[in-house]
Amino acid sequence: MRNTVLEYEVTKTVELARLGKRTDGRGLEEMREFTVEINKYENAEGSARVLLGKTEVAAGVKIEVGKPYPDSPDEGAISIGAELLPLAHSEYEAGPPSMDEIEIARVVDRGLRESKSIDFSKLCIKEGEAILVAYMDFYAINSDGNMFDAGSIAGLVSLMNSKLPKVDEKNRIVKHEYTGKLQMTKQPLLSTFVKIGGKIMVDPTYLEEKAAEARFSVASTEDGKLCAMQKGMGGSFTVDEVNYMIETGIKVAKETRKKLAKFL
Amino acid sequence: MKMGKHGSEVVADYSKDKKRMDGRKGMDELRPIKIKVGVIPNADGSAYLEWGQNKVYAAVYGPREALPKHSQNPYKSVIKVSYRMATFSVPERKQPRPNRRDSEISKVLGEALQKAVFVENFPNTEISVFVEVVDANAGSRVACLTAASCALADAGIPMRDLVAATGTGKAFNEIVLDLNKDEEDAPDAVDIPLGILPQTGEIVLLQMDGVITKEEFNKALQMGIKGCKDIYKIQKSALKAKYELEELKLDSAKKAIKEEGPSQAGEEKAAKPEKAEKAEKTTKKEDKAKKVKK
Repeated sequence: MRNTVLEYEVTKTVELARLGKRTDGRGLEEMREFTVEINKYENAEGSARVLLGKTEVAAGVKIEVGKPYPDSPDEGAISIGAELLPLAHSEYEAGPPSMDEIEIARVVDRGLRESKSIDFSKLCIKEGEAILVAYMDFYAINSDGNMFDAGSIAGLVSLMNSKLPKVDEKNRIVKHEYTGKLQMTKQPLLSTFVKIGGKIMVDPTYLEEKAAEARFSVASTEDGKLCAMQKGMGGSFTVDEVNYMIETGIKVAKETRKKLAKFL
Repeated sequence: MKMGKHGSEVVADYSKDKKRMDGRKGMDELRPIKIKVGVIPNADGSAYLEWGQNKVYAAVYGPREALPKHSQNPYKSVIKVSYRMATFSVPERKQPRPNRRDSEISKVLGEALQKAVFVENFPNTEISVFVEVVDANAGSRVACLTAASCALADAGIPMRDLVAATGTGKAFNEIVLDLNKDEEDAPDAVDIPLGILPQTGEIVLLQMDGVITKEEFNKALQMGIKGCKDIYKIQKSALKAKYELEELKLDSAKKAIKEEGPSQAGEEKAAKPEKAEKAEKTTKKEDKAKKVKK
């Protein structure tokens, strides 16, 4: 029964898309409205609750002492995790990380990491011995599509607002003492598009993701530089379409950054 | 200087102190509790609960076909609770995969809810209850049980009663209600998570760890039952608030149509959140009023 309804709604979404319209009446280059709550979760070093339309994400950062990688002995690290909780949608199941969860986490990770907005040398405690590792994990609380961009906003905001714990001589974290904030020099943000019925639109809802032939995400910083991309799903894009999405992605991210400033 | 279980300094003696470590005046006083139902649109029923620093979400899906098939019971529905904690919900980062503690708590919470729900009405089905702790400070399992029973009611699942739950026990030489983390770390701490069906007083969740006499246990139990009954009131007002809210929405919609005509639908939408906030404030006032009465 549920599938019949879903199939009908998907067909309708495709029909509307062919006319350049969307089921919720948005423009094709229009992001849903969002709200951000910062550092709501007190046990996290930094945290964010993001509502993007009906999509809700809870993100938090924990910072721990770790061992540096052999190829970068004087650099700290970040680690990004995503979980699509079965709480958030009847389709999601409990269990080991699914392929979707891993892809979302890795795309959000690349956007943040490759922007070089975090100075990893500042997270080094002692070269070759100890570094700080920032673990950012985000959880879907309610899912109405586009976990990529919701996770990207939540990740950026929670990292930007993370306190850096103090470390003693024995490389152990001193509880409840901090040396300052995790510095981020840029604000990388993802913009995700889908192609439905030959039309391209930003920030897809659950229904639009179901109706999509192909998906494309691009991460950009405020200077208009690109730092990560990912094409997903079975369909394809032309070169012109990719260029259009890059240009629009930069524009949409700029808009999002402006709106985000109100919450910071 | 004595040290607590987790190496923290012992700084209190509740048999002499007039206040608790977090400033609560009464040994039988609960931390502030806020419940909101219907917070997850995708779920059949849901609740968000803040209890002191604890913050938890609960979502209910079902009754739906129990899978795999051998998990089905031809006489009743199976309530399957999944209790999980976010990695950032505790002072030391929690490993993302579920541990033995998560499994045990999931099991006892599911069993605690069994008696409250008319499970015999839905043979061969599963009622999935997911609870996620995003911030924890002692008592997260009772917070989850309280939220989960609100989510079940929000899902419209027929129930005998809600389950109200609280922590009770002993800390710093005194019997106390609703222990926080500092109290749980006291050298003489006894933690008793307790859940009851408030109408009949039946106990559906009871655990304990720590050393305690029979007399002390009974005192803690009575204090816990009284606490649960106060929580019951908050649960009921949270469930009512959802529908009060919708009534307000309807009223404002009717007003908008009367006063400005149906073409101003956009403005009416913008007015809704204000009304919603007002409704929330009134429920908060009610809660405060209850506390004063107590």
